[in-house]
Amino acid sequence: MEALYGKTLEELKEVAARAGLPSFSAKQMATWLYQKHINDIDQMTDISKKGRDYLKQNYIFGLTPPVKVQVSADGTKKYLYTHGERRYIEAAYIPDDDRATLCVSSQVGCKMGCLFCMTGKQGFQANLTSNEILNQIRSLPERESLTNVVYMGMGEPMDNLDNVLKSLSILTAEWGYGWSPKRITVSTVGILPAMKDFIEKSQVHLALSLHSPFEDERKTLMPVENVYHLPEVISLIRSYDWSRQRRISFEYIMFKGINDTPRHVNGLTRLLNGLPCRINLIRFHSIPGTPLESSDEETIKEFKDKLNAKGILTTLRASRGQDIYAACGLLSTKELVKKQKPEG
Amino acid sequence: MKMNNKTVYKARVLFREEIAKGVFVLRFTRDFPFKAGQMLWVRYPDDGPARLYSIASGEEEPFFEILFDVVENGALTPVLSKVLPGESVWISEPTGKFTNNGEPAVWIATGTGIAPFVSMARTGLFHHNMLIQGGRSRNSFYYHEVFEKLPFFRYVKCMSRETGEGYFQGRVTDFIKNSYQPLPERQHLLCGSAEMVVEVRDLLIGKGVPFNNIISEIYF
Repeated sequence: MEALYGKTLEELKEVAARAGLPSFSAKQMATWLYQKHINDIDQMTDISKKGRDYLKQNYIFGLTPPVKVQVSADGTKKYLYTHGERRYIEAAYIPDDDRATLCVSSQVGCKMGCLFCMTGKQGFQANLTSNEILNQIRSLPERESLTNVVYMGMGEPMDNLDNVLKSLSILTAEWGYGWSPKRITVSTVGILPAMKDFIEKSQVHLALSLHSPFEDERKTLMPVENVYHLPEVISLIRSYDWSRQRRISFEYIMFKGINDTPRHVNGLTRLLNGLPCRINLIRFHSIPGTPLESSDEETIKEFKDKLNAKGILTTLRASRGQDIYAACGLLSTKELVKKQKPEG
Repeated sequence: MKMNNKTVYKARVLFREEIAKGVFVLRFTRDFPFKAGQMLWVRYPDDGPARLYSIASGEEEPFFEILFDVVENGALTPVLSKVLPGESVWISEPTGKFTNNGEPAVWIATGTGIAPFVSMARTGLFHHNMLIQGGRSRNSFYYHEVFEKLPFFRYVKCMSRETGEGYFQGRVTDFIKNSYQPLPERQHLLCGSAEMVVEVRDLLIGKGVPFNNIISEIYF
């Protein structure tokens, strides 16, 4: 049966019509689902008994609690959620002073095959529905303390754009959670057609996984570069206004001897010249079998200082949850999927 | 007119053939030059969805050819598989950088990921190259006839669910793990599913191929 939780107002109107309920019941259902935080259809007390009976016969409520949590020494928590019978996804909860960020997954696995990412090593298994994306937030024990959500967990959000947009709509609409779009960031490797749609259909921040300003080098790290070329991606970004509330940032993992040289500083400066943006430098968290190493701290600091001196706002992201494999690029449920496979 | 930032034209379908169950070859009239290994957007019908496909025809051939398998409940392939010669589809100018640098290379493909290598072979970019192609059964080795007749070319077919003379018994990854010693300086071009590409890439890196000599094209 379909889940009620995760449906947009438009979809709830269709549900109401099928249930023979007045169309304003859709708004009532949305209020129960996204503002009153109930977890049972019977708690929708302003919906008629007959209407609730119809809903119970045709829909499940649709909340799935995490099945496991791992806690890092630094306070980061990695939650494991089931997807169907044999699949899993992870979400990372990252408290930090007065902020608490949840990094959510948008797919089980990923098709993008980036050389530095653990999720890519498990291949692609499924797209998450808006219900499954939002459930990571709704079923989080620390939900009340969340200040930010980033779509930077497992999967490529632009490869599952419809469900990502639906979840964003529910998070930001006044009939939904009513969050400010400024509290949400969606990351992408740069899938051009979907990026265009995303920029036009949502108001949340965008982060591009960059990792090299040079196409030939980027394509050895990120196969997507063979299809959607960096100059076209940057050109698309430049065609929108990022000087107001909405922010564009560039994620840049520092690889020793690969993308951390003065030539790369100059390349980034040329590429992003005049664009109101921020570069987030990220230490590389090593994964099994990788030929890549993280740049040393001194190189990272120099790289950051040079970019800032050239007028590109550059920050270094703190590494969090590395001891529980919750840090950037480390989320993976490949081993769990393998364990669940029947013998033979 | 543009489709995903690329100029498009209405191409006439010249040929359609189901070469294996649910696997189709389509040929269209051609309006643009291209480099072997590139892709194009295909849209059908006029208001339908657009998807990227690798070009399988050679650079000098007067048509574009694509290879695709029908995705159950897919938005495009079920209708594209029914298009008839004489009908029109929207085609974009070619795009993509999954191209051979002219040096001898090793090609590794599974499924419809063979298409860019067919284009390279038909363009003449095969001398001293090697192809490792994976398939479940005999009829999964699409375009095998193109590769079997190439001179100065090594062709390995890895078959995982049947046995047969002339085939390596097992998956592409089994062959690379147990029977392949790569030349690290040689470029390796990988095309297919994300799972195959990342697994093969890790194996090659483990055998000493520098990661910047491994170029991957993933179908998504």
